[in-house]
Amino acid sequence: MALQSLDIARRSATTTEAPQVRNTTEVAKLIDVSACIGCKACQAACMEWNDIRPEVGNNVGIYDNPQDLDDKTWTLMRFSEVEENGKLEWLIRKDGCMHCADPGCLKACPSPGAIIQYSNGIVDFHQENCIGCGYCVTGCPFNVPRISKADSKAYKCSLCSDRVAVGQAPACAKACPTGAIKFGAKEDMVHYAQSRITDLKERGYQNAGLYDPQGVGGTHVVYVLQHADKPSLYAGLPADPQISPLVSLWKGVAKPLAMVALGATALGSLFHYVMKGPNEVSKELEEEMEKEDAK
Amino acid sequence: MIRNPRDLQRYTASERANHWVVGICFILLGLSGLAFFHPAFFPLVHLFGGGVWARILHPWIGVVMALFFLIMFFRFARLNLMGAADWDWLSKVRKMVDGDDHDMPEQGKYNGGQKLLFWGLTLSMVLITVSGVVMWRSWFDFPVELVRLAVVVHAAAAAFMIGLIFVHVYAAIWTRGTIRAMLYGTVTRAWAKQHHRGWYRQITGKN
Ligand code: HEM
Repeated sequence: MALQSLDIARRSATTTEAPQVRNTTEVAKLIDVSACIGCKACQAACMEWNDIRPEVGNNVGIYDNPQDLDDKTWTLMRFSEVEENGKLEWLIRKDGCMHCADPGCLKACPSPGAIIQYSNGIVDFHQENCIGCGYCVTGCPFNVPRISKADSKAYKCSLCSDRVAVGQAPACAKACPTGAIKFGAKEDMVHYAQSRITDLKERGYQNAGLYDPQGVGGTHVVYVLQHADKPSLYAGLPADPQISPLVSLWKGVAKPLAMVALGATALGSLFHYVMKGPNEVSKELEEEMEKEDAK
Repeated sequence: MIRNPRDLQRYTASERANHWVVGICFILLGLSGLAFFHPAFFPLVHLFGGGVWARILHPWIGVVMALFFLIMFFRFARLNLMGAADWDWLSKVRKMVDGDDHDMPEQGKYNGGQKLLFWGLTLSMVLITVSGVVMWRSWFDFPVELVRLAVVVHAAAAAFMIGLIFVHVYAAIWTRGTIRAMLYGTVTRAWAKQHHRGWYRQITGKN
């Protein structure tokens, strides 16, 4: 789809502007963890719509199934049992790509056009351009992309960019029976989240709040959390995710500087030769050896 | 170039072959690596059959280079131990670069600059090999923080090593009569006496 889209905000490993005459509304998927019952309809819908079937795994005594995201599992319910305020709570978080406004995967990707960010905020992998290096995994602050063992391409949630492009909500949002997954303009989602948060606070969840981490410029998948002060309760959701400073260093100014330094070394050598001339063996030594040979 | 039977043998055939294997690997690694390094160089992947092939081949060529570099290291490490004369030579290197080599201290088989280069390349090779393995996702799955460190080290050490090789190649071109040492192994006596007098004396027994 990216090849004909006119609404591309960013394109991996591309130093010129992407086609962006068409501007679309910034969207978001809101996941209200407090309303999730852990039915996994979203997981099933994801498999259905995208037509991917992860391998059937084994029960290891927890509800997480499969146990981790993989190339064919783009979204996954993660179940955490925690004790908060003297009560046992079962926190169920739908994990998957957060569609960061400042995506670490896209920043790290060396292959032009393998990762696209649309003006609506969706970050999409285009496997036809993926070379399988895994730099996206290195760049992601949420540990989301997975490299397929079968074809060495990277895969993750596309936020159903194909559905969204024709005005449909993502499959998971469509399937959710409790309304815990909502989809729409980001502005509307944030607004709706506020009413949910007010409601939760009234019910005693003092620290209820919206998870829309600013360290990555905000995300296009946002959570309503009962305990927004402790995101790590939710199966290790990072409190302040950011593109690692090492990744910024790697992909930042260091590279152009290195290229300038290398170019200068090469040109400097050429001009040294031109201006100083070669380092020849002296005439006297040549003659000395010729005399020796003549003997 | 006329070959004189009295030319001095500087490298054996197997030393030369070893050096060229490393050199060829280096060029292939540099070209494929730079393709991932910056979008400006990405088109270089076409020399390797496309992006996926460049990604697959690069680490394997790296393994070959690392092995042959190691053999070369054992061949030449002793000859590259630095001594006082080498530091003296290095302190005067500006004059040398300026084209005036009259006061340069006498040098053995390698001068201070060559020795420093040897250790610089060795250090780069160690850093590049270790970090390269850590980045190699087809085979390994190291903790992501370690991989993040490795990509920075790999890119930085590679850029440093490419810079060193530019200097290495230029020095060989600049000092006329040098490249033949790596092509057919010999140098003229005059070349040896001018650039590596200590070595010249040692192998000819002359002054
Ligand atoms: C044992 C040796 C080596 C190994 C195992 C290795 C491995 C790797 C791997 C796995 C990558 C990521 C791309 C890919 O998956 O193919 C990479 C990138 C790279 N390699 Fe190597 N490599 C080695 C030697 C070298 C050498 C000698 C050079 C320098 C001439 C070099 C220069 C680069 C560069 C510039 C990159 C791109 C780094 C970036 O994205 O910023 N590599 N290498």
